[in-house]
Order: sequence, then C-alpha cells, then structure tokens
Amino acid sequence: MATPFRKILKTKDFVVTAEAAPEKGSNVSKAIEHIELLKDKVDGLNVTDNQSSVMRYPSLGICLLIKEHSGEPILQVTCRDRNRLAIQADLLFAYSRGVSNILCLTGDSIDVGDHKEAKQVFDLDSVQLIHLVHTLNSGQDMAGNELDGSVDFCIGTTATPSADPLEPQLIKVEKKLNAGVNFIQTQAVYELDELKRFTEFVRKIDERVKILGGIVPVIGAKMAGYMNENVPGVFIPQHLIDELAQAPKGTGVAKGIEIAARMIRQIKEERICDGVHIMFIGREERVPEILEAAGLL
Amino acid sequence: MIIAERKPMEEIKQFVALYKKVLVAGCGTCVTVCWAGGEKEVAMLASQLRLATSSEGKKISILEATVERQCEREMVAEIKDKVAEADAVISLACGSGVQTIAEMFEDKPVFPGVNTTFIGMPEKEGFWVEMCGACGDCFLDRTGGICPIVRCAKGLLNGPCGGTRKGGKCEIDPEKDCAWVLIYRRLEKQGRLDVMRKYYAPKNSRAVKRPGRVQAAKA
Repeated sequence: MATPFRKILKTKDFVVTAEAAPEKGSNVSKAIEHIELLKDKVDGLNVTDNQSSVMRYPSLGICLLIKEHSGEPILQVTCRDRNRLAIQADLLFAYSRGVSNILCLTGDSIDVGDHKEAKQVFDLDSVQLIHLVHTLNSGQDMAGNELDGSVDFCIGTTATPSADPLEPQLIKVEKKLNAGVNFIQTQAVYELDELKRFTEFVRKIDERVKILGGIVPVIGAKMAGYMNENVPGVFIPQHLIDELAQAPKGTGVAKGIEIAARMIRQIKEERICDGVHIMFIGREERVPEILEAAGLL
Repeated sequence: MIIAERKPMEEIKQFVALYKKVLVAGCGTCVTVCWAGGEKEVAMLASQLRLATSSEGKKISILEATVERQCEREMVAEIKDKVAEADAVISLACGSGVQTIAEMFEDKPVFPGVNTTFIGMPEKEGFWVEMCGACGDCFLDRTGGICPIVRCAKGLLNGPCGGTRKGGKCEIDPEKDCAWVLIYRRLEKQGRLDVMRKYYAPKNSRAVKRPGRVQAAKA
C-alpha cells in the first residue's frame, strides 16, 4: 500500500507528484498503464478534473483506479461544473472509497474548453472550497447538518507565482493559507527566482505548508510560444525559448526533459521549495525519464 | 439600463412567415438608448421586413408603434387598437416588455425581436458593457464599486483566478481587464486593501427567489 500523502508531506525531504490526465472515453487502459508505471516512482498521482474545461473521464474515476492499483491519488476538484451540493456529495463518496487527498482549484473558464455553450457553475470559489473541506472535516455539511461518518481530507491548492500583476494573486494565496492547506502546487514555473520569492512569501504566513513547484516540460520553441499565448497563467521566458530553438530537429522532447530535470535538480539542491509536481500531459510514459535525469529514481 | 441586441433578420422573418399583418412594437426607454428597439429601430425593421417579404413575393402588411415603456400595462394599453388589428406582434422591447404585451393580449402571438443581454452602461458611443447581475445581494461595498459577479468571467468573490493574463487581462479575453486586478487597483488607491484581504463566504444564490418579486416599502 502507498504511504498516505499527508504522512509523506510530514516526513519526506523532497516530495514528488505527477499529473494524470483522464482520457475522453470509457477506455481506461492507458490510464492504468500510466498508474502502473508511475505509482511507485512518485509520492502521489494528481488527477485533473475536466482539464481545460474539456469533458473527460472523471477525476474521481481515475482516483479509484489508482487506489485499486495501490497508488496514492490526489483528487482535483474545480468549482466550474458542480454546485455546493454536488461537490459535497462527491467528496463524501471519494472519502468513503479511500480517496483522502484533495486539490482545490477554481477551474478554467468554460470558454477555453470543448463545450462552450455549457452553463458554468462557480457556486463556490477556490478559497470557499477550502473552507468547505474544513467544514466537512469537522463533521458537518455546509448547511450546518451533522454528518453520519466524518471525513479527514488532506487539503491542497494551487497558486501562480509568475502572475503579472502578482499582488492580487498573493492576496488570494494569503486567504487560502488562512483557510488552511497542507500543500500548494504551483502553476508551471520557468523562472526559479519567482518560485523562490513565492516560497519566501508563503513562509512568512505559514511555515508548515509544503510547496510543490509546477514542472511542465516544454518540447519546442513553437510549443512555448503557444503556451505563452494560450495557457492561462503560464509565462515561459525568452532564454528558454532560445535554448529550445537551438535544439537539433527531432530532439525537442529530449531537450524538454533535460530542461525540466535541470530545474528539478536546482529546486532540490537550493531548497527553493519542498518538492515538485510534474505535468507532462499526453507524455506521462516519459515522466520516469525526467525523474531519472533529475536524480530522483 | 437594460441592454438588448436586435435578433438576426433570418430569425425574425421566420416568426412572421405565417401572418398577413404584423405589428412591430418598440419601447421608448432602455432599448431606445441602446439602439435596439426604439422608434428608429422599429421603422428600420418594418422597412426591412417589407422589402424582404415583397422580394419573396409575399404580401405582408407591417404596422409600427412605440410606447414609452413596454413593461407597463397602462402604456401598452395605448396601442391596444394596433395590436388588435395585427395577426402577430414583434416586440423590440426587453423580455419584460415582450411578456407584458403577451400577457395583455393572450390570443395574440408575440415574438421577441431582440435578445435581452444584460444590465449595463455605455462605454463609448454605440458600445455597452455589463455592470450588474441583479443578484439581489449587492457586493459592491467590498470591491471598490466594481462588480465581480458579472465583470469577473467566473464571478469569483475572493480574488483573481490563476488564469489572469500578463498585464492583468482576463483568461477568456486578452482585451478585457481582469475584474480582480481592477478591484485591487481601486482599493489600493483608496488605501483599503484590507477589505480585499477579508474572506467572503459563498453568496446566497437564492437572495432573489425566482421569479423575483419586490414590494415597495410603505411611506
């Protein structure tokens, strides 16, 4: 059995998680392959919730598969698709089946996804969602009713250290910290100085919370340009784009892995934060190469 | 005020296809100011319909009338003879006006000629922006007078989402300012950032029980 993530956060020197993005459709064979490949190499598998507002197999479904395969799942919950009743019910279900780590996010806008005419919910925001999980943890629902059978979630949330302007984001981070979280997983970072400043900011408010730097390998200059234009909250600096542009043809993925591993090594060696969260969407099978190059295997 | 946009001509043509005599009814208030359904727009739609139907070889007679406020029964009553004369009505008022006519003349088919879009204000000539979501539980005291319910693409109450673009633009539109960056700057200017640092619990989404009803306070 996997070590509970809450315990990992308390005991492990450098925490490593990886993202698992569900497929569109009921065929979970690829997801199971990724789970089998990664479950013993990382401390937790973090499953996206209709990522980028694109309808997919549910986060909770993959989390249950991770449990079945003796891995440690982290359930992502966004506020976009469910109101407060649905979120609470899903959390009770998750906990009753052994899924006890939750990552609280706002969620991307419906406009960026593949069901652009859907009604977006946002009954809660991410700070309110964190408060809601604490309420459930205390044995009550949001309406103040007692729960028959309590829950005890380990709570995480996200932050964007590269935001511009940064100050409004930091006010929100402060609210999340005041609400109480066990870990923060950042949006993809490429300038480690920004991650360092972010860690210092968080430490002033909460010394105990663990910060996992977000690592998204970029496999080409073109992809970097696309991400800068289209992925909310991601800013890739010019010097990395230049480095990618200089890589010989056909070596983009290897270069992306090399840069990601270099960043992870630096984060670990300089103790910039407490760990990393690796998001190699669509190339999950190559995450072990990053781990190996970063000296984490 | 209430902002509306004229429906596409093709859609309106389908509404009138079955009728011989159609009244185009305008409203002299909000939709006049936002160029969607006042006297001028009534005249324009009427002549467009006459042209379109005659070019298709159909004979339809188009009547025109505009009242000061189509959402008030007394004012709509002023055009009752014209409504009676017509087989159907195209209302260029907001949804409230359309329903007032429909309710007062239950035997008459009434069709909307505009899409009612939001409560807003003119930002520049001929361009209106949404300002209020009519949530029934006004939050503007906490946000420097900028409404996050409708001006934030996600209606967030505790600060910006992680999708803010460089320079403080919105995740869904690089041209649009992030409402929470605007709120931050406004409160900073007023030395009131402590208001933004406070936690705000989820809103009462049922502050207005639909359909909404308001009883004026007795004097």
